[in-house]
Formats: sequence, structure tokens, C-alpha cells
Amino acid sequence: MIKAEKLSFAYREEDIEHNTVKEEIVLKELDVTIEKGSFTAILGHNGSGKSTLAKHFNVILLPTGGRVYVNGMDTAVKENIFNIRQSAGMVFQNPDNQMVAAVVEDEVAFAPENLGIESGEIRRRVDECLKIVNMEKYARSAPSRLSGGQKQRVAIASVLAMKPEILILDEPTAMLDPKGRSEVISTIKKLNKDNGITVILITHYMDEAVSADRAVVMDDGKIIFDGTPKEVFQNVEQIKSVGLDVPQVTELAYELKKLGIDIGGEILTVDECFEALNSLLGGGADA
Amino acid sequence: MFKDIMLGQYVPVKSPLHAINPPLKIVFTILYMTTLFMVKTYCAYAVFTVYTLLLMFISAVPVRIILKGLRPMLWILVFTAVLNVFMTPGDAVWSMSVFGFTLKITREGLSAGALMVVRLIYLLIGTSLLTLTTSPLQLTDGIETLLRPFNKIRVPSHEIAMMMTIAIRFIPTLAEETDKIMKAQTARGADFETGNIIKRAKAMVPLLVPLFISAFRRADELATAMEARCYNGGKNRTKMKESRMTVTDLKAGVIFAAGLAVILLAEFWVYF
Repeated sequence: MIKAEKLSFAYREEDIEHNTVKEEIVLKELDVTIEKGSFTAILGHNGSGKSTLAKHFNVILLPTGGRVYVNGMDTAVKENIFNIRQSAGMVFQNPDNQMVAAVVEDEVAFAPENLGIESGEIRRRVDECLKIVNMEKYARSAPSRLSGGQKQRVAIASVLAMKPEILILDEPTAMLDPKGRSEVISTIKKLNKDNGITVILITHYMDEAVSADRAVVMDDGKIIFDGTPKEVFQNVEQIKSVGLDVPQVTELAYELKKLGIDIGGEILTVDECFEALNSLLGGGADA
Repeated sequence: MFKDIMLGQYVPVKSPLHAINPPLKIVFTILYMTTLFMVKTYCAYAVFTVYTLLLMFISAVPVRIILKGLRPMLWILVFTAVLNVFMTPGDAVWSMSVFGFTLKITREGLSAGALMVVRLIYLLIGTSLLTLTTSPLQLTDGIETLLRPFNKIRVPSHEIAMMMTIAIRFIPTLAEETDKIMKAQTARGADFETGNIIKRAKAMVPLLVPLFISAFRRADELATAMEARCYNGGKNRTKMKESRMTVTDLKAGVIFAAGLAVILLAEFWVYF
């Protein structure tokens, strides 16, 4: 479980005498709680503070105001750093820039090696984690020979090898092609459903947020919507006004409704849209 | 252009030489080179030749590939030979005067030149056999193991090995990036191929500046990603693949050492 209380963060530029010359406030007194076992998508435009928020969950950044607790551990307490990083693993945007080793299995072994785990156990974890992300065939390959989606799955496996309870993904699909994106998203879903890992997915792709239990929309360092994706995406106009898109089919339903054709709200996926349109038109067509 | 860049020259075949514990192999390569420079007599050279041929045979690396490694050094070999043949004083077997200089080939020169060339060739073969039978990562691990005793005098063995691993890991990434930047600059009219050396060196600036900037950015992101996975230097760190000395390694070591002993015996037997 992660809990942020009145979390504020500002980038400060100081002169030689430590006087603040420039201050850029990124997070403004955020309160948010992420439940154990949940799948939360954090959405927001560039500069909305969503990545900054995620970096606080992994102690990459420390709050300038307020507190963050990960599994009850205060991130501001120095002794907690490694325990927090072990229990809340983080996957980054660029798959190339987070790989240390020149062989896939060594990459996955990196984190448990850092934790000082005994070598037989590391071997077991590496094999297990590569299997979870479906990359066991590539254990001996060089990361540079893999596709973007495969690299990102290896990056997920290398975090899983620490046996974290929480997995934070900071725009993991932003640099991938559609195929890579769907590989990564289905891996994340599987981890949440089958392995019970709490997932926090930072993204600006709306269709990825649809698969989450909860969507949190951020703008200008604040949370503006928080609820199930169905609830959140009803606010089509407001979401578009902060520079985000709603899923295409949701927008279609919304535009139809404006024209007086109500096909029912809460449409997030193509299938749901098809069903609604089909029943509106009298049915009969095969799916 | 850089797509299929090969790292080192590792030939992944199965052979007893491939299987030897990397730190041990590095130590023996050093011993091989030391012995090579101690050898001066024809008799010892003959034994050394047999020894090197045997190693080449055991390595299971195609001879063609081993000899290919000699090609870039061809000019140095020729230069060494010429220098030795003409510059060693002694019994002239042939002489000629050109523009007032006397060029002469001496018996001692021929002998010294031949031995020097053979020595350089063996030196190259010996070191190539190490890199041909050991992957860059095994080499890095081997170097870390060998440097570990020096931790006491503050040699950061883990950090050195980590730097080498990351360097190896990022060569293909940076090569790919270089290729991309080159294409992007070429598309905007940059010319990397014509002109004299100075002109071409100047043309590299718009290539190197973005490459360096991106390398720094990558380094920064990598450091964050490493810290996120609890990296804390070499302290209390374990390894998945421990390189352990096996009985086979010991046997190989004994055989190897015996070979070198025979060579040294051939060199110094006159004194006994």
C-alpha cells in the first residue's frame, strides 16, 4: 500500500548563498492512497507531475512538503530506502537506458545480486521471472538484439526478481510500437491478476488506462479526477481541456449523445461500442 | 553500417580451452607472453612452436580466423623484419651502396629478424586465443576476480568490472545511435566522406556533439534505474554465476604449466 499525505514537490534553483532564485512547483499538496493488489493508472499531460509523483514512490525524489509512506515506511527516513525500493520496483520509459548487462539473464540477476541473495536462489528467481514475462527463450540473448516490447518485458522481469509487492511503471510503452505496447500491457495485466502485484501505471495512452481498476487524472500538480475508468471518462470535455484524449469509442458515444442519439454511457472498448450500436440498430449482425 | 558490429572476436564453439576458468586463462596468457620473451634459442623456439600449434588445435577455433587476426599487424611485422635484417651489425652476406649509404644484410640480422617476427606472431596468436575463446563478459568477470585481492590497497575491482560491463553493453546501442545521427545529418547535407583529413574531422563535430549529449542523458537514466534496483556499489553484493576453480581447471593448469616448463628447459638446458 502506498499513501501520500499532502505531498508537495518543487524543483528549486539556488544561488551560491542558498537563496532560492527560481522555484517550479510540480506537485501541490497531493493526497492519494493506492490499495494493495489494485491496478491504478495515473494519467496526465506532459508536465502534469505524474512522473514526479511516481518517482516519490521509489525514493528517487524526496518530498519538499508532506509525507509518502510505502507499506507503512516513511520515504524520508534514510534507513528505509533499500526496503522501499525492494518492495516497490520501478520500470522506466526507455528500455535501452535501464539495462546494465549485456546478456538478458544477467540483467534479471542484477537486482537480486545487489540484494546479496545467495546464487542458487538468484538462478531460481531469474528463471521464474523470465518465464512470467514469457522471455525464457531469450535468457542467453543480448538485449540489443531484442525488440522494444521484449526489452521492456526483460526490464519488468529484472524488477520482479526483487519480489516486489508493488510495480510502478513510468510510461513503459511510450517508446514502443503498437505490438510492443500490447505485449507489455498484457504482461502487466497478468502480473496484477495472477500474481497479485499492485500495479501503478503512469501513462498518457487512454486505452491503457481502460484496463485499470482505477484511473487518476492529474493536471498541474493536482489530482482532478479519481475513480474507475468508466466514471472518469464520462468527463469528456474536462479531460480534453487538460490536453488528454478519451478513448475513441468513448468520444464517439459522447458525440452521438450530443446529437441526440444515446447509445448508453460508459463505453470504453471497441467491443462495448459494437454491442451498444448493434442493439441500437436492432441487432442481428454477427460479432 | 554499424548494425552487425562484432564485439571482440569471440568464437562460440565448444573446446577444452573455452571451458577453462577465465581468471586462470588470463593468468596463463600472461605467463605465455612472459615465457615468449625469455626464449632466445632455436631449440626453445621449436618447442614453443609445437606448444602454440597444440593450443591452436585444442582451441577448436578455425585456423583461418586466428590468422585473420594477424592481418592488421602485417605492416608492423614487415617493418620489424626489415629493421632487424638491415640494422643488425655483423657478417655481411649481401651489400649494396645506394646514394652513399651502404645497405647490408648480415647473418645476425637475418636470424634476429626471423626470431623477432616469429615472436610477434606467437604473441598475437597467444592473446587472440584468449579473446577468441573467452567472451567479453567472462573476461570482465575474470579481471574482477583477479583484481579482488587488490581491494585491500583500494583498487575498486567491482567498479572497474561494472564499468567494463556497462561499456560492453552500450557499444551496440551507441553504434546504432551514431548510425542514426549520421543518417540524419547526411539527410540535411552533411558530408562525412569527402575532403581531406582535417575537413573530415571537422565534419565529425555535428556527429559527436549530439552523441555525447545523448550518452550523458543515458548515463543519468541508467544510474537512476540501477539505484531503483537497490544498487549500492560492490558492498554485500553476490553473483549468480560464481566462477569456481574445478578439478578440470586444475588439471588444465598443470598441463599448461608443464608445457611452459618444457620450453624453459629447452631454453636453459645448456646451463645444466
